[in-house]
Amino acid sequence: MNIFVLVKRIPDTESKIRINHETGTIVEEGLTFVLNPYDEYAVEEALRLREAGGGKVTVLSVGTEESRIILKKCLAMGADEAFLLKDNAPETYDGLRLAKIIARALEKKFSDYGLLLFGKQSMGTDNAQVPSMVAELLGLPQVNVVTKLEIEGTKGTAHREIEGALEKVSFSLPAVISAQKGLNEPRYETLKGIMTAKKKEIPILSFEDLDLKEEDIAPLLEVAKIESPPPRQAGKIIEEEPEKAARKMVEFLHNEAKVI
Amino acid sequence: MNFELTEDQKLLKAMVRDFAQKEIEPNVKILEDTHEFPREFLDKLGKLGILGMTIPSEYGGTKTDYISLILALEEIARASPSLAVIVSVHCSLFCYSIMKFGNKAQKKKYLPKAAKGEMLGAFSLTEPGAGSDAKNLKTKSIREGNFYILNGTKSWVSTGSEADASIIFASTEIKPGVKKLNAFIVEKNFPGLLASKIEEKMGLHSSLTAEYVLEDCQVPAENLLGEEGKGAAVAFHCLDGSRIGIAAQAVGLADKAIEEGVKYAQQREAFGRKISEFQAIQFMIADMSTQRDAARLLTYKAADLIDKGKPYAKESSMAKLFASEAANKIAYQALQIHGGYGYSKEFLIEQLYRDARAFSIYEGTSEIQRLVISRYLLEEC
Repeated sequence: MNIFVLVKRIPDTESKIRINHETGTIVEEGLTFVLNPYDEYAVEEALRLREAGGGKVTVLSVGTEESRIILKKCLAMGADEAFLLKDNAPETYDGLRLAKIIARALEKKFSDYGLLLFGKQSMGTDNAQVPSMVAELLGLPQVNVVTKLEIEGTKGTAHREIEGALEKVSFSLPAVISAQKGLNEPRYETLKGIMTAKKKEIPILSFEDLDLKEEDIAPLLEVAKIESPPPRQAGKIIEEEPEKAARKMVEFLHNEAKVI
Repeated sequence: MNFELTEDQKLLKAMVRDFAQKEIEPNVKILEDTHEFPREFLDKLGKLGILGMTIPSEYGGTKTDYISLILALEEIARASPSLAVIVSVHCSLFCYSIMKFGNKAQKKKYLPKAAKGEMLGAFSLTEPGAGSDAKNLKTKSIREGNFYILNGTKSWVSTGSEADASIIFASTEIKPGVKKLNAFIVEKNFPGLLASKIEEKMGLHSSLTAEYVLEDCQVPAENLLGEEGKGAAVAFHCLDGSRIGIAAQAVGLADKAIEEGVKYAQQREAFGRKISEFQAIQFMIADMSTQRDAARLLTYKAADLIDKGKPYAKESSMAKLFASEAANKIAYQALQIHGGYGYSKEFLIEQLYRDARAFSIYEGTSEIQRLVISRYLLEEC
C-alpha cells in the first residue's frame, strides 16, 4: 500500500512567539521550528503499517525550503521518500488553500495513494481543517482524531475520541485519517536513519508542476490582526473564615464569573 | 567561513535534545541522589547509534564527523553531565583508541559490541601518585610468555566499576633503566583486575568513578594496544581529542545553567518587580551567554580542525580550558541569581554547580592546558 503522510513545520511549542504588528505575522527570526507533534504520530503510524504489511511511505509538506529539515527528519525516522510542495507564501491560515494544493498534488503526481495520514491539527494555527477538506476534495472517506488504526486489505477500522465515549468507525480505502495523541509513541530517529536520510534527495514540486494558477490558490481568508493573548489577571484572594469564604466564593462564581 | 551547522548535524542535535529532554531529564535527580549508574539510558543511546559515533560502519559503528559527536555530547550534558562524561569516555577514549591504534583482530573483537553499547569502555591512565605526570606511572607491565603481567593501582577511573573493558596504561622497561608506557585492552574478568572503592565525589554522582587494583593481572599479549613502549602516544593522542568532548560537556552544562538562571529571574519577584528587570541580573545574563557562546565557538572550532584533518592539540586545550572555566563561572552566576534557593538541593542549579567543578580538573587540569597552550606559542615564536 502506498501511504502518504502530510506534515507541517511549526514553531517549537516552547518558544516565545513575537508578533510583527505591521505585517500581522509571527516573527520567525530566532524561533526553532519542529515537526508538528500530531504529524509525528501520523508518520509513526505509517511506518508501523509499512512494517506490518509492506508498502511505501511518502511524506509531503507544503512550505518554503525551510521545511526541508522536517522532511529530512521523517526520512531519518524511516520514510521512503519525501517531496516538498513549494509554497513561498507566508502563513495564510487558510486551510482550504492548503487543502487544494495537497489534493491537486495527490491527483496529479501521486494518484496511486492507498491511505492519507495527517496530524489532527497543526499546533499554532489549530484550525483542524485540512484533513477533512482534502478528503472532501478527493471524495474520500475520512476519520478524524484517531487513537487506534487497523488496516486489513482494502478496509480499515479506526477508533476515535468523541465526547465521553469512543467511536469505532469502519471505512474502505483509500481514506483520510487524522492522528490524535495516543495513537502511538513516535520513535526517535537513529544515527543510521540520519545517515540514510542524508543520502536521499528531496524533490521539489512547484505550483507550475502541479498546474496550479495564482487564482486557484489565492487565499480566501484575510488575517485582520494577530495579537498575543492578554496577560492573565491576578487571582482574587478571599480572606475570611472558611464558612464565609465558601459562601463568597459561590456568590462570585454565580454573579461575577458566571460559570455556575 | 561558515558558522552554520549542516542539515544532518541539526537533525542529530534535535534528535538528541528530544531524547534527552523526554527520557533522561525526568530521571536525573533520582539518579544523582542515589548515585545510580544510568545503564538504562546507555542501552537506549546504544540503540540510537550514539555510542558508535567514532566507529566506522565496517565495524558496526555509526561514524560521524567530530562536530556531530560534540553536538551529541553537548545535548546529553544539558540533561545529565554525568551521562555525558560516560559517553565521552566510551566514544572518544575507549572506542577511538582501539580504532586508531588497534590491529584488525582487536577492532573486530571489541568495536562491534562497543558501537552498540553492549560493551562499555573506560580509560585508565591516572594513578594515586601520577595524573598529568603520566610518564611517571608506577603500574608495571612485564611480559611473561603469551601474557603481560600487570601490577599497580589506578585511580579516578570514570565508569571503572561498570566498564566491560578498559584501556589501561602501565610502564615497561624496554632497556635497563629506560622506561616507556604500554597500553592494554583489559577486560573486566581478566584474572587479577579488581575494581574497588567507588569515589565519593562532590558531583557527577551517577558517573561512577572507581579505583583499579591490578594484582598479577594477566593480560594476553595480543591485547597490547599499539606498539610495545609506545603507550604514551596512545594516551596523549586520544586525550587531545577527548578534551573537546569535555569542552562540549561544559558548554552543555553552561547552556542549561543559563536556562535555569533566566527562568528563575523571570519568575522571582523582589521589591515589587521581577528580578530580571534589575540591571545587576541583566548584566549577569549577558555575561553568561557571551561566555557560553565563546566557549561553544572554541569547541566547534577544535572539532572542525579534526574533521578537516588539521592539527588540533592546541585548540583542543584552549577549548577545554576556556569552556570548563566558563561553565564554572556561569554555574556560579546562575546560582547567584537563584539567591538562597540556589543553595537548596531542590533546584537543579545546585547540582550543576557541583558537576561543573570537575571540568577544570579531569582530562588535564586548567593549569596543564595552559602549559600545553603556552608551549605551542613559545616554540612557534
